[in-house]
Amino acid sequence: MEAIADWFKWLNDAHRINLSIFYDAFDRGKFLGGLLTTLKLSAICLVTSVAIGVVGAWLQGSRFTFARRIMQGYIQFFRNTPPLVQLYFFYFAIGNLLPRVTDAYGQAVPPVSNFAWAIVSFSFFAGAFNVEIFRAGVEAVPRATVEAAEALGYSRLKAYIHVVLPLAFRISLPALNNNLVNLIKTTTLAYAIGVPELLYVSAQIWSDVLNVREMMNVLLVAYVAIVGVLVMAMNRWERAMRMPGYSV
Amino acid sequence: MAWTADQPLIALVDVHKSFGKTEVLKGITFSVAKGEVICVIGPSGSGKSTLLRCINALVPIDRGSIKVEGQEVNDPALDKLALRRKVGMVFQQYNLFPHKTALQNVMMAPIQVLKQDRKEVEERAHRLLRKVRLQDKASSYPGELSGGQQQRVAIARSLAMNPDVMLFDEVTAALDPETKKEVLVTIRELAEEGMTCLLVTHEMGFAREVAHRIHFTDGGRIIESGPPEEFFAKAKDPRTRQFLSQIL
Ligand SMILES: Nc1ncnc2c1ncn2[C@@H]1O[C@H](COP(=O)(O)OP(=O)(O)OP(=O)(O)O)[C@@H](O)[C@H]1O
Ligand SMILES: [Mg+2]
Repeated sequence: MEAIADWFKWLNDAHRINLSIFYDAFDRGKFLGGLLTTLKLSAICLVTSVAIGVVGAWLQGSRFTFARRIMQGYIQFFRNTPPLVQLYFFYFAIGNLLPRVTDAYGQAVPPVSNFAWAIVSFSFFAGAFNVEIFRAGVEAVPRATVEAAEALGYSRLKAYIHVVLPLAFRISLPALNNNLVNLIKTTTLAYAIGVPELLYVSAQIWSDVLNVREMMNVLLVAYVAIVGVLVMAMNRWERAMRMPGYSV
Repeated sequence: MAWTADQPLIALVDVHKSFGKTEVLKGITFSVAKGEVICVIGPSGSGKSTLLRCINALVPIDRGSIKVEGQEVNDPALDKLALRRKVGMVFQQYNLFPHKTALQNVMMAPIQVLKQDRKEVEERAHRLLRKVRLQDKASSYPGELSGGQQQRVAIARSLAMNPDVMLFDEVTAALDPETKKEVLVTIRELAEEGMTCLLVTHEMGFAREVAHRIHFTDGGRIIESGPPEEFFAKAKDPRTRQFLSQIL
C-alpha cells in the first residue's frame, strides 16, 4: 500500500502526472465514495428498470384498453424526451411541489433526496426501453406454446411468469444488454442535480488538484471497468440460460 | 343433476363456431362415453382442430352446448382450471416448453398449477416417462429430442395432470413413419388401459384397430359416423368414400 502511494508521489514529482487519488487519503476516500454511489445507483436502477419492463410488457398485453393506453403514454414520454430534461423535471418540477419535512437537526429539507430522484428518473427512463424490449420478446414466443400452457390449466398470469417471461427474456437478452449498458452511462447525468457519483467527485478532485487530464483518463477507465463487469455478468447469465438444441 | 359415470363424459349438442364470416363448425352433435376411443377424420380445414379446442375452452363457441362431465363449457362462469384438469390435450407440434428438461416439462403444471407436493410429482413424472419409454431422456431438453420423443413427453406432460379424457390433435402428422409408430403404440396402450380418448387423426390403420367409433367431418358437419368395421366397409356418403379412397 505504502509502496504504491510512494510510486504515485514519485510519478507526480518526476513526470507531473498527478493521480492524487492513489496517494492522498482524502481524495481517495472521495473517489471511492463516488464509485460506490455510482455502483449503488446503477445496481438499483438496473433492478427497478427491469422490473418496470417485466410489469409493463405484461400490461401492454392487457385486455384493458386503459392499461395499454397508460403504458403507451409512459413509453412515448420517456423515449422521446432527453434524460437530462426528465431528471430536471423530477428534481425541480415535481421535487419542489412536495412539502418540506423537518430532519433530525430541525432543518426543513426536501422529503426526497437528490439520490432518490436520480433513481426514480433513470429507472423510468431505462424502464420505458425495457418495456419495449420485453414486449418484442413476448411477441416472439410462439402462440402455440402459450396455448399448451393454457391447456394445462395455467392462467394468463401464471403462463406469463413460468413460460412466456423465461422465453421472452432469452430472446430479449441482447437488446436488454445494450439498454443496461446505456443506463450505466446515463447515471453520470446525476451530476447535474448534485448527486456525488463518480463524475461529480472527479470534478471536485480536479478543480482542487488541477489534474483534469489525469482524472479524465481515470474516469474513462473506471466506466470501461464497470460496464465490462456488467457485460461479463450478462454473458454468463446468457450462457446459463441457454436452451440446448435451440438457437434462441 | 350431478354427473355420473354412466352419462357421456363429453356431450356436444349443435355446436356452432365462426371465425369472422366463415362458419367453421355448423352444428356438431356427438358424445364420448367414459373409456371410449373416438376418432375424428376429415379433410384439412374441416374444423377438426377447432372442435377439440372448443372442448377445453381454448376457443369459445357461438351456439350450442358442450358438456364435460355435466359441466357446461360454454358458461361464462366456467372454472377453466377445473375443466382443464379433466381434459388433457396434445398438439400436432408438441409445444413443449423449450427451456425445461423433459422431466421438468412433465412436473411443471402439477406443481405450479395444482400446487402438488414436488417429491410426489417427481416420482409420478419418472413413472410417466417410463410409461412413454423415455426414462433415460429425463434430463434432455426438448431441442435435444426427436419429434417422436418430444411428442411422447407431451403426452406424459398431459397425463401428469391425471385427466379423465385425452384430446389428441393429429399428434403424428409431423412425424416420419418410424417415430409415428412409437407414439401410436403409446396412445394404444393408454386406450387399452381404459383412458377415454378423442383423437383427430389421419392414421386409418390405427383408427380401424383402436377406435370404438369414427366420425367423418367435412365442411363443419359430421357427415358420417360408425364403428370402424362398418365405417370402412360400407361408407355411404360419396364425400366419405372419396376421402377414404384418397387416404387409404
Ligand atoms: N383462430 C382462428 N382465426 C381465424 N380462422 C381460424 C382460426 N382457427 C382456425 N381458423 C379457420 O378455421 C378453419 C378450420 O380450421 P381447423 O384448424 O379447425 O381445421 P382442421 O380440420 O384442423 O384442418 P387440418 O387438418 O389442416 O389441421 C380453417 O379454414 C381455418 O383457417
Ligand atoms: Mg388441425
